[in-house]
Amino acid sequence: MPKHELLAGFGAGARDTIPMLVGAAPFGLIFGTLAGPAGLSPWETLAMSLFVYGGASQFIAITLLAAGSGAWVIVATTFIVNLRHALYSATLWRHVTGWPRAYRAFCAFFLTDETFAIVYHKLNEGTPVKLPRYYLGSALAMYGNWITWTLAGVLLGHAIPGMADWGLEFAMVATFVGIVVPLLKGRSQLGAALAAGTVAVAADGLPYKLGLMLAALSGIAAGLTLERRR
Amino acid sequence: MSTYWMIAGMFLVTYGVRAGLWLGDSHRFPDSIRRALDYVPIAVLSAIVAPAVLLQHGALVTSWNNPQLAGALVTGVIVWRWHRLLLGIGAGLAVFVVWRWLL
Repeated sequence: MPKHELLAGFGAGARDTIPMLVGAAPFGLIFGTLAGPAGLSPWETLAMSLFVYGGASQFIAITLLAAGSGAWVIVATTFIVNLRHALYSATLWRHVTGWPRAYRAFCAFFLTDETFAIVYHKLNEGTPVKLPRYYLGSALAMYGNWITWTLAGVLLGHAIPGMADWGLEFAMVATFVGIVVPLLKGRSQLGAALAAGTVAVAADGLPYKLGLMLAALSGIAAGLTLERRR
Repeated sequence: MSTYWMIAGMFLVTYGVRAGLWLGDSHRFPDSIRRALDYVPIAVLSAIVAPAVLLQHGALVTSWNNPQLAGALVTGVIVWRWHRLLLGIGAGLAVFVVWRWLL
């Protein structure tokens, strides 16, 4: 067997991503199911998964949409929520700098939390890897999985039309609670959450859900202030 | 149509964030922004959760008469205590549905 065949490539990238596929599946399903009642058509729902491809921002978008938020607030919130991906691209930069520019442009689209975690872990492991292929294996497995489960959710929501009345909209709130709680590791994190929550409740009456942006910025400011004081 | 424009906007900002450093000239990330980003998920999600759980038709409801609050507390405690995300979401959802039905 030629030596390069021994390097971890496309298949290994896809295989290593399997646990992430299982973890993301229910969220794709919930997103696809709830997007309809939130006001997206089936095609719009699929388009969001196909083109935006960012789970957290998609969940937040349909939550805001259902609450009657303006499109600009949703786009701005998407930007803030997905800013963390810039950190990932900065972290991986020196590993991808040798790739052809067009291939880099293509691969960047798939830089999610999950693919970053898998690729970063592989790089830290120090075992030989054909990174461009390994990355793409993980990326396309994750992407295909997300589209498939979104579609399954859309079909499920269509097959059971009354689902909007089941209180599933609360599933989103519960998901967000479940994501936030483990992040509250210290005083500054707790302060950020409290400040954001308080401002959001107080500013709920502002038009276009602008209170959300105000609250998010307050939370970030509170967290940074508490961190500096320590 | 406006929904497709919104999705196009979401695509542009998301792809821009992912691809910007890989295609641009600057590959360093200012430390202050790096630290601020740590708080983004907490701040944004808390800002969404708090009104959804505490407000009913614009009024603050913190009594037992609030199924959202009951469900969120159950999810929060399960995830905090036992680190089981999906179990927490499922149990919180169940409590919310039953609570609302009982009221």
